Amino acid sequence: MIPVPAGGPSAAAAAAWAALGRVRDPELDQPITDLGFVASLRIEPGLTRVELQLPTYFCAPNFAWLMVADARDALASAGDGRVEVVLLDHFAADEINAGVAAAGGFGSRFDTDGGDPVLAGLRETFDRKAHVAAQERLARALAAQVGERLPDVTLAEAARLAPDATDAVVRRRARLGLSSEFAICDERGAPVTADRLPGWLRFARTVRVSVDGNAALCRGLLETRYGPTRTDPARTDPTRTDPARTDPARTGSAR
Amino acid sequence: MYQNYFVVDAHTHFWDGSPANQINRYGEGFIKCFYDYHANLSPDEYKWTLEEFERYSEERMIRDLFENGYDDVAILQSTYLTDWYVNGFNTTEQNGRMAERHPGRFIVNGRWDPRDGEAGLEKLERLHERWQLRGVKLYTAEWKGDSKGWKLSDPWAYRYLEKCQDLGIHNIHVHKGPTVYPMNRDAFDVADVDDAATAFPRLNFIVEHVGLPRLEDFCWIATQEPNVYGGLAVAMPFIHSRPRYFAQIIGELLYWLDENRILFGSDYAIWQPKWLIEKFVEFQIPEDMQGEYGTLTPTIKKKILGLNAARLYDIKVPGELDVPDEPVDTGHAVGSGPVSAGSSGSAGSSGSAGSAGSSGTAR
Repeated sequence: MIPVPAGGPSAAAAAAWAALGRVRDPELDQPITDLGFVASLRIEPGLTRVELQLPTYFCAPNFAWLMVADARDALASAGDGRVEVVLLDHFAADEINAGVAAAGGFGSRFDTDGGDPVLAGLRETFDRKAHVAAQERLARALAAQVGERLPDVTLAEAARLAPDATDAVVRRRARLGLSSEFAICDERGAPVTADRLPGWLRFARTVRVSVDGNAALCRGLLETRYGPTRTDPARTDPTRTDPARTDPARTGSAR
Repeated sequence: MYQNYFVVDAHTHFWDGSPANQINRYGEGFIKCFYDYHANLSPDEYKWTLEEFERYSEERMIRDLFENGYDDVAILQSTYLTDWYVNGFNTTEQNGRMAERHPGRFIVNGRWDPRDGEAGLEKLERLHERWQLRGVKLYTAEWKGDSKGWKLSDPWAYRYLEKCQDLGIHNIHVHKGPTVYPMNRDAFDVADVDDAATAFPRLNFIVEHVGLPRLEDFCWIATQEPNVYGGLAVAMPFIHSRPRYFAQIIGELLYWLDENRILFGSDYAIWQPKWLIEKFVEFQIPEDMQGEYGTLTPTIKKKILGLNAARLYDIKVPGELDVPDEPVDTGHAVGSGPVSAGSSGSAGSSGSAGSAGSSGTAR
């Protein structure tokens, strides 16, 4: 977490940074601020301007769109004034930037994804994968303590035994509108019975391995592309107010 | 050959990505994207400059693959990308001409694009006559005019797959890549492989890069389709930079598929076979992960490094390098994935985790 400095432009920047921290890469299921996707954040009177950078020129444009649109929405709801989010160095950057700036949707170029069932479906698919992966992490965290009882362990008990892993599951369920009193539930919120559990967890493990592996690869490629500072010196404007780049809290969240 | 391992490098390229051959910024972006993969995942002593990487000589390739690199046979995968590169990135003709200069070393795979319609079917026949194709490499995300990709399940793709079956081109390598348009389509979706593999049980579908970044979707399909294989290009280099992640990938693949359906590939010139092979032969699943994933035996490594591909391509393996035939059921994964994941009895949805996976391919 970033400590919010008292007053002034840096407070606005910290608030903007915190808002960006709520934007996740839908596939990697991590905040774009942790992934190094925020290249710069600039606060001017009446304007918040953010540049995003991705690990490759050909990163999937649908996910790029979602992140640009989500960043704009998060910043718009976090403060007053105009918001500009610009995607850099991407083959579809022009279309994405223009579309999102016009508050556009994906298929229709309008409405971030509420108006586009395909994009909304994509988002939901990855929310579900993220939930499955989080459940597998939770099962792993609980395994030694609960053993065979795993299918019967409630969310409340899990929260006592493995608070972080449980919290991660709860947040993902909230995104999906899933509710269950159990630590492990299926995609409809129903408990996973003991006979189904081993096979269910086996597949969940593959999902988790895939998500974790992708995140590591993306971090590596981003670093190769932009260097360890994750920003291109040529684009650095020394005159801009950019607490994100110097904030030690941010450095702390970097690799 | 390395020690007593016969090596078939199932994924290599002889490309020209140089500025002189680039048509537009996409061509430039493509080779730079490859270069970042190369630079990020190669050991320092194997890193090239961008200029070296954009275009390399035939002599260098022969040296890297066969003299220093232990490949016994290398499969050249043709990638045209003619909307981005003046002479194509590496066409069948370019690959074939080089292969003819080095008899016995290369297998040349062709390619087709269903958007070429009837004319393309004839062209495929001619390509086959000229190069006696045993396989093709398909790039479903390739751009062509206004079209930014296609699917194996498209009706015209089925026509081409039928043609492959008729001509005896049995090995269909499929690259799933990140360049599909329109933007709301999922570029990595491997569901079309599922459809095609079911419709063409006599063809082998080798999914390159084992479906990464959607390993789980690939595994889920492969466990149900006995004619789906995994190509390790792109997965291999993690053995150096992230050996524990590599162990997980191999462990997952061995669980959901089996040791007979995984193929080594260097993806040269992105990575060089020399270090990949040395490290793979020496590799073992870390001890603390062996409870989950077991161990890699020399037999498994022999199959992955060469024997599996040799079987698909009818490559003669010297007797002393082969492994005896054993009654391993090639048709079903050793992990029997669908059975265990679907132990709830709902074979169709195969349990919730399975549904989460298949929903990823159902869009």
